[in-house]
Amino acid sequence: MTEFLQHLVNGLSVGTIYALIALGYTMVYGVLKLINFAHGDVYMVGAFSGFYLANAMGVGGSPSLAKALVVFVGSMIICGILGVLIERFAYRPLRHRARLTSLITAIGVSFLLEYGFQLPSIPGLGIPFPPGPTPRFFPEPFTRVAWEPFGVYVSNYDVISFFTAVGLMLLLQYIVYRTRFGTSMRAVSFDSQVAGLMGINVNRVIAGTFALGSALAAAAALLFAGSRPKVDPLMGLTLGIKAFVAAVFGGIGNVPGAMVGGLALGLAEEYVSGYALSSYRDGIAFAFLIIVLLVRPAGLFGSFRPEKV
Amino acid sequence: MRLTRTLALMAAVVAVAACQDKKQEAPAPAAPQAAAPAAGGAPAGDKLVFGHVASMTGNEATFGDSTDKGIKLAVDEANKAGGVKGKQLTVKTLDDQGKPEEAAVAATRLVTQDGATVLLGEVASSRSLAMAPIADSNKVPMITPTSTNPRVTKDGDKTRPYVFRVCFIDPFQGTVMAKFARENLKINNVAVLRDVGNDYSVGLANFFAAKFKDLGGTIVADESYKAGDQDFKAQLTAIKNKKIQAIYVPGYYTDVALIARQARELGIKVPLMGGDGWDSVKLYEIAKGALDGSYFSNHYSSEDPSPVIQGFVKKYKETYGSVPDALAVLGYDAANVAIDAMKRAKDLTGPSIRDAIEQTKGYQAVSGVINLDQDHNAVKSAVVLAIKNNEAHFAATVNP
Repeated sequence: MTEFLQHLVNGLSVGTIYALIALGYTMVYGVLKLINFAHGDVYMVGAFSGFYLANAMGVGGSPSLAKALVVFVGSMIICGILGVLIERFAYRPLRHRARLTSLITAIGVSFLLEYGFQLPSIPGLGIPFPPGPTPRFFPEPFTRVAWEPFGVYVSNYDVISFFTAVGLMLLLQYIVYRTRFGTSMRAVSFDSQVAGLMGINVNRVIAGTFALGSALAAAAALLFAGSRPKVDPLMGLTLGIKAFVAAVFGGIGNVPGAMVGGLALGLAEEYVSGYALSSYRDGIAFAFLIIVLLVRPAGLFGSFRPEKV
Repeated sequence: MRLTRTLALMAAVVAVAACQDKKQEAPAPAAPQAAAPAAGGAPAGDKLVFGHVASMTGNEATFGDSTDKGIKLAVDEANKAGGVKGKQLTVKTLDDQGKPEEAAVAATRLVTQDGATVLLGEVASSRSLAMAPIADSNKVPMITPTSTNPRVTKDGDKTRPYVFRVCFIDPFQGTVMAKFARENLKINNVAVLRDVGNDYSVGLANFFAAKFKDLGGTIVADESYKAGDQDFKAQLTAIKNKKIQAIYVPGYYTDVALIARQARELGIKVPLMGGDGWDSVKLYEIAKGALDGSYFSNHYSSEDPSPVIQGFVKKYKETYGSVPDALAVLGYDAANVAIDAMKRAKDLTGPSIRDAIEQTKGYQAVSGVINLDQDHNAVKSAVVLAIKNNEAHFAATVNP
C-alpha cells in the first residue's frame, strides 16, 4: 500500500508537469489547428531562463522564497515573449498557406532552438549563452523539508509544485471561460474569419494564446526542476512529444482534456515502471494510449468533428 | 531549377563517398604494407598527429576534458625530450558531444583529413565501439584510455587487430565490486539499476550480478533507466520496498548524481555502488552529499602513496591546478603507451606501430604496470573508493 501511494505521489508530480505542457499544445491547436512542435523546446528555453535568472540573482548562495518567485515569474514572461515572437515570425506569415507548411516550420523552429542552444557560447557576452550541450544544474531555491505520512515521502517541493500547477490550471480555466479574452479565444477557435468580422482582433488573440501556452511551459519547467534539476538543450524533445500525446489523448483542443491526459500519462508511466519492467516504461505507457485512441479516436474529452484537410 | 541543383549536389556527394570507399579498399588486397603510409597518414611532415576523439561537451564533458589534459601532458613531455624518431608530436582533439555517431565522424576525419598516426579515445565504450571499425579498416592503431566493455577490442570472436586499451575490462570491474560488497561490506541483498541504452552500464550490471550471485548474494531487483531520463523515482520506489542493503548503479556521473539525490528524497538510506563512470568532480557538485557512504570501483586513487602516482599528481597539479581524476591518468597512460611503442617500432607506419603496441609488456604507467593480453586488454589491479563528506577516499585495492 505504501508503495502504491508513493507511486501515486510520484506519478501526480510528473503528471501535472505533462498536463501543464499539454495545455500549450491544446490551446494552439484550438485556435489555429496547428500542432506547435516547437512547444517542447519553449519548455527547454523556460528551464534555461530560470537557470540564468537564478544564477544572476545568486539563488545558490542565499536562497529565499522571494527570489524563487522572481525567477519563476521572470521565466514565464521570457517564454511568453518567445512564444509571441515564434508566432509572429514563423507562423503568421504562413497562416494562409497549406497547413502542412506551418507544420514543417514548427519542426524547423524546434530544431533551431535545440541545435541553436547547443552551439558554443558567444565570447564576451558575460553569461555563457548559448549554453552548449553540457548539462547544467539548478540551484535549490529554498530548503527542502520532507514529511513521511504512512511511510510515503512527500517534500515541500512536491506540495508546492502540485498546488502551483493546479492553481495555474484553474487560472487558465478561468481565463478561457470567464474573461473577454477567453471569449474571443473561443470565438477564434470556432471560426476565425467570422470572429474577425465581429470585430475581434484575431492576430492579437492568437499571439495571446501563444504567450499563455509558452508561459505555462516555462512554469512546468521550473516546477519539474525541483528534484530533477538537470537542464540541457535536448530536454524538450521527449517531454514535448509525451505532452503532445497527453493532449491528443485528452482530446486535442480541449483544455480539461489536456489536464486529464497529462495526469493519466504520468500515472501510467509511473505504475508501469514501478510494477512491471522499468525498461518497458515508455513502451507500455504509449501502447496503452494507442489502445485508448483506437476506442475513442477523438480522445477522452474531444468531440469528433469531420474536417476537410 | 532547384530540383536540378539538388540532384547535382546529391550526385556529387555520392561520387565523393564512392571515391573514398575505393581509396580504402583498393590497395589492401594488392599490397597491405604499401597501403599503410597512405592510410596511416605518414606524410604529415615533421609532425606526428595524435588524433583524439573526446566528449569535450555534452553529458560527460569532464571525461573528455580530463583525458585531453592527460594526453597533452604526455605529449608535451615527449616533445621536450626530443620527440619520437626526431619528429615532434601534436594532438588534434575533436569533440563528439558524447554521441557515438559523432565519434565515428570525428575518427574518420582525423584519419582521412588530418593524417593521424594514432587514434586516442574514446572514454566511453559506446563511442569507442563506433570508432573501432574505422581504426581497423584504415590500419591506424587506436588506444582507448578507459573503455571497459569487452567488445571494444573484440569483433565477435576475433580480436580487433588495431584496437587496444590501457584499462581493465568490465568482467573484472563488475567482479571487484561484487567481491567488495560481499566480503568487505557483508551485504546480502542488492538492487541493480542500469542504463539500458549504454553498453558499458549493461555490461557492468551483468558481470556484477553474476559474481554477486556466485558469492551467495541475492539480486532482489533489476531495474533500468535510459540516459537522459530525469525522473528516476518510479524505479527507486519499486526498489525501496524490497529490503535492500545497497543499490548497484553502474552509470555515468550526471545520471548517478541525480539518482542519488532522488533516492535520498524518497528516504532510501542504503549506499549506492558503481564503477569508474562515476569519476568526475561534477559527481560531487551535483549530488551535494547525497552519495555519502557510497562506493565505486576505479582505476586509481590520488591518495595512493606510491611514488609514481604522487609524482604524477604533483606534475598535473602544477600544470592544471587540480587533482587528476582517473580519466586524466589513463589519458596520460594511453598517450605514453603509444609514444613508447612508436619509439620501439621499426618505422612509423600503422602496421609497425600496431605490432609494437601489441608487444607492450611490463610498461610502468601511472595507473599500474601495463601488460597487454592476447585480447589487447591491460591486466591491472583496481581500487575501490569510498565517498565521505562529498569526497572520494581510498578504501581497498583488488587484484586480478
